[in-house]
Amino acid sequence: MKKGLVTITLFLLVGLLLSPCTWGRVKTIKIGINAPLTGDIPKVGEGTKYAAEMWLEDVKAAGGIEVGGKRYPVELVIEDNESKAESAVKVQTKMITEDEVLVIVGPQSSKQAVPAGGVADNYKTPMISPWSTNPDTTKDRPFVFRGCFLDPFQGPVVANFITKEFGFKKAAVLYDVASDYPKGLAEFFKKAWEDIHGPGSVVAFESFTTKDADFSSQLTNIIKSGAEVLFTPQYYNEVALIVQQAHELGFNKPIVGSDSWGSAETVNLCGKDCYGLFFSTHYAAAGATGATKEFIDRYRGKYGYVPDDVAALTWDSLHIVQKAIESCGKLTGRIGKDRKAVRDAMAKIKDFHGITGKMTFTEEGDPIKCAVIVRISEKGEFEFYKSVCP
Amino acid sequence: MVFFLQNLVNALQWGSFYALIALGYSMVYSILMLFNFAHGDIFMVGAYIGFGVASCILALASLGANTLPNWLILVLTILISMFLNSFLGMLVERIGYRPLRDAPRASAAITGLMIGIILETGILALFGARRISFPPLIQTVTYNMGGVFVTNKKIVIVLVSVMFMLALHQFVRRTKYGMAMRAMAFDYVVVPLMGVPLNTIAAMTFGIGSALAAVAGILFGVAYPVLDPYMGIIYGWKAFVAAILGGRGSIMGATLAGFLLGFIEIFVAMIFPSTLRDLIAYSIILLILVFRPHGFFGEPYSARLRL
Repeated sequence: MKKGLVTITLFLLVGLLLSPCTWGRVKTIKIGINAPLTGDIPKVGEGTKYAAEMWLEDVKAAGGIEVGGKRYPVELVIEDNESKAESAVKVQTKMITEDEVLVIVGPQSSKQAVPAGGVADNYKTPMISPWSTNPDTTKDRPFVFRGCFLDPFQGPVVANFITKEFGFKKAAVLYDVASDYPKGLAEFFKKAWEDIHGPGSVVAFESFTTKDADFSSQLTNIIKSGAEVLFTPQYYNEVALIVQQAHELGFNKPIVGSDSWGSAETVNLCGKDCYGLFFSTHYAAAGATGATKEFIDRYRGKYGYVPDDVAALTWDSLHIVQKAIESCGKLTGRIGKDRKAVRDAMAKIKDFHGITGKMTFTEEGDPIKCAVIVRISEKGEFEFYKSVCP
Repeated sequence: MVFFLQNLVNALQWGSFYALIALGYSMVYSILMLFNFAHGDIFMVGAYIGFGVASCILALASLGANTLPNWLILVLTILISMFLNSFLGMLVERIGYRPLRDAPRASAAITGLMIGIILETGILALFGARRISFPPLIQTVTYNMGGVFVTNKKIVIVLVSVMFMLALHQFVRRTKYGMAMRAMAFDYVVVPLMGVPLNTIAAMTFGIGSALAAVAGILFGVAYPVLDPYMGIIYGWKAFVAAILGGRGSIMGATLAGFLLGFIEIFVAMIFPSTLRDLIAYSIILLILVFRPHGFFGEPYSARLRL
């Protein structure tokens, strides 16, 4: 009896091994989404998820992604990185090793994208961060790409804009020293500003740490320094607090922000205090045309609010991923080989027309594209003000 | 001089939060010899309760034709939230700490951490991860006093906190329950043998501490109107620092240490580069503790405590 059982098991095992369908056949294409659904910036996670779900809808309607004349169904693996660097690394590793995803979209902010990019590159898995503007995300990492411009570009854009628009000479910066994105951008801005106006023209360079709610001492220093403008590259919850406190302390000069201000939540939290302020970002929803308008209308119809830049960039990144998969010829089913093929296809993408602009990847995996200066209108809408190209 | 005065005003506001939170922390600590690590999260829940109560009152007021004046809404919000949050505190004591009263101290401290996580994730589940903006109960008016900018909000915040601190002081000094609390702080093993109901006093301590946390939460919401489920953690730690710095069992000490903490944080950023603010601020506090390990008003363990 016992011998019989062993024989049967052996037969089954051999049968399993020999059966061709367990070897090298792709059943579904899995795409990982590493998003901050909870934690410091949940609205960013929400935008990522909604944009990804809308994209998946389209792909499903088309019957999947076509590679080499064959259509494969697509599955999204959406994981929460809690807006923490260590969780982003954990989630990234899990998606690569356990879920065996082909490509990863995300993480969004540099704090998570820089360490998670290291993981992706180590495991030779292509990754595209839609929103991370810190250069370190893609630097010396052939497998890591991004969907947006970089801080070394954004910093000078803001510095030039303020100089031309207002003619100011003394600027102050207030940033979070514990987060890669604000810290990096604050430094690039400082450098660009001092290149234009000479050393010492950034009269106050103040910082705080994540989770701080009171900025009164830093803002008092800034007011004392005689700065004509305040640049603060922070996320929406801090923007609301900084702007309100600055006004309460009697600072009535312009406050300028960066693409992290572009969230749909900024004006909800900040209210009238933010009206009339400027920031640099990836796209402006008000006054958009063509495919961008189509996307905005569809998103608003479905989820009830105007999509922010994160949603638009995620949408573009997923289309880049889709294009790369489609153009890599065929999928072998051996995950390592397929990942390499997708990576190579992605690096070759030229003149991709996304809803946030046209892009071509550089050697480093960074797109060359334009920035937009947005003004928050008296109705609290993000209005297109100016376009700045490299 | 103006610069200094402005920072003084900033520090007064910031210190009053620390003082209010530290008071609740210190009371539990001195009476039950318990690190209530959930206190920061009780403060956070207090802010959310305040948000809920204020929104309800505003909605009801806008239904009726007569709109209530804002100061009345603020007073009502504070009173109702104190009441509700004190229930939460007593519940935490009843479920989390009372069964562990005779267990090792470490078990109770760990329970506090767990209760904190439960409260955080509970609020997360209830309200979602998005930030909540506290309704503007006080229309900000900024006064320019010779270059020093003071808002009506700041005045209200400091006045209300000082009022509650004085009220608590009177309660502990002048009433029978206050005396029971002081006695319990002196020795919570022997005092119950004299007929002082330990459970009632313990529940009351938690209730009062949580009510103060609610006041701090609402004032925080008025000053910094962005609430999130994890905002309590850092203030819990800082209240812990203030409670130690003030000296176990001293209401005066906790108040003073809370203000001192706020002052140090603000003034360090005034003098040094703000990048080094917390590093220098907490090194100073560490230094104070090296020379006064029992805090300002604390006494060595063997001499027991006073409240």
